[in-house]
Amino acid sequence: MTLQVSGASIVRGGVRTLNQVSLSVARGERVALVGHNGAGKTTLMKAVLGLWPLDEGEVSIMGEPPGSKAAQERTAYLPENVSFHPALTGREVLQMLASIRKDSASVERLLERVGIADAASRRIGTYSKGMRQRLGLAQALLAQPRLAVLDEPTSGLDPVSRNDFYKLVDELAGNGTAILISSHALTELEAKTDRIAILRNGHLVVNDTLTALRQQAGLPIKVRITANSMLTDAIAESLGGRRINGQSLELVCAPETKVKTLSRITELGSIIEDVDVIPPCLDELYQYYSAEDQQ
Amino acid sequence: MRTAFAFAANEFRISRRNRLLWASVLMMVLFSGALTLLSSGSAGNLGVDTLTAASASLATLSVYLVPLIALILSFDAIAGELERGTLALILTYPAPRFSLIFGKFLAHGATLAIALCLGYGVAAGVSLAVGSASIESAMYLLRLLGGALLLGASFLGLGYALSAWTRSTGAAAGYAIGAWLFVVVLYDVALLAGLVVDTSGGPFSKIYFPWLLIANPADAFRLVTLPSGQAAELSSGFISSAAAMSAGPLVSLLAWPVAMLVLAWMSIRRISP
Repeated sequence: MTLQVSGASIVRGGVRTLNQVSLSVARGERVALVGHNGAGKTTLMKAVLGLWPLDEGEVSIMGEPPGSKAAQERTAYLPENVSFHPALTGREVLQMLASIRKDSASVERLLERVGIADAASRRIGTYSKGMRQRLGLAQALLAQPRLAVLDEPTSGLDPVSRNDFYKLVDELAGNGTAILISSHALTELEAKTDRIAILRNGHLVVNDTLTALRQQAGLPIKVRITANSMLTDAIAESLGGRRINGQSLELVCAPETKVKTLSRITELGSIIEDVDVIPPCLDELYQYYSAEDQQ
Repeated sequence: MRTAFAFAANEFRISRRNRLLWASVLMMVLFSGALTLLSSGSAGNLGVDTLTAASASLATLSVYLVPLIALILSFDAIAGELERGTLALILTYPAPRFSLIFGKFLAHGATLAIALCLGYGVAAGVSLAVGSASIESAMYLLRLLGGALLLGASFLGLGYALSAWTRSTGAAAGYAIGAWLFVVVLYDVALLAGLVVDTSGGPFSKIYFPWLLIANPADAFRLVTLPSGQAAELSSGFISSAAAMSAGPLVSLLAWPVAMLVLAWMSIRRISP
């Protein structure tokens, strides 16, 4: 395991912001850390980075304690909302950080790779939010880290930048870097992570793959049918379901009756123009698991 | 050390681009030039050359100005990084926390040194142009430069310690002004009040006063750079006590920067960003 967290607890100001959390991230694995504001995501990340000391439990990064020089050399971090000094240029900041990581040779290549090579000689004060985030990502790619800790890296990014961002993350994981990534934007994580860990009030309530979570939760699947507007009422009568606009009808079924429902729809033949099957998305799963915890 | 130089290079760029370097240079040059021109008139009457008389004025100027410039350069060093979110990032790098402070110290020290060299250089130039200078007065100016650098270094360290202690640029700025006012102005007023009360030559004047004088870096600077003879009275008006003549002030002036950097290091170690 690249990252191993066992029974980690942190008490801050009398509140257990992290409570007996155990989590591991293997080589090349992408784990998403999900939770409300104040659920303990940032706390867990700071514990992993050795910035906040643990009150109980243990963290090890390739066998080294967090905050040790050996662990620091292998760990990259992208903080939430990092803004480098506005009077410096992107290249100057990256060169400084590269020289600490003894990887000065990669500066130009990384500037190119995150797509800010053209702006590298401009002051950071003139950068957009997306460009600052790209610079932050460039420093996280320095010196081939074994573990990358990314705190809400895509907040405030446009869809194109997000896509570029996840491409780089995939590349990093492809080279064997373990990735711990936190996000509010649950839906965007769906195809981009191998495992989901949900934190709630400092507890780790869920830690599994997306498919396994879907099966366990047994959340209903939505089937959306588009048909000629003259006939939707008739279809609604025979199949049940709810009209959502003039032409569309939404059916809800359990995972095990999905195939049966679909065959009933196809029996109706050519009056059906289109059928969409919508599996429960991460947002719904997240709501399900946090509600379950409340009971 | 490589890490400290990496921090220093960018920090020096920042003080250049923020115009802090130019502001410091401008302050030193303008005040030094004006003081030298003013003191060139009195030099003949005192029987010293122009540069010696000017240096005495420069010492008094530097006691106020150098700590002020040093605090302006340093007060947001740590708190600013914390507020921008860059401190958390830098502290995850394989770099000792002291290297961050030391890198900033190198850059700000260089900024201060440039301002002092140019300011004192203007004083020497003006003295040569309108009056007189000698090897002795040039040596004295160098002693002044060394003393001012140590004084500045003490206040740079104090600025970092305040910045790391308060963790907010606003609070750090407030404490910096307070520290400056206390060390440079109020401390001497309090000592003077003590002397006035203790006119009969009691224990305060005899035992405590010399040590209290040495303990303050600004007063230690005055004592170290005190020129001998008439110019001494011109510059300070301090009585020459036994302690003031010994190595005490120099030891104090050397110890202050070290102590302040250690304090700054202890303060940054307490931060969990």
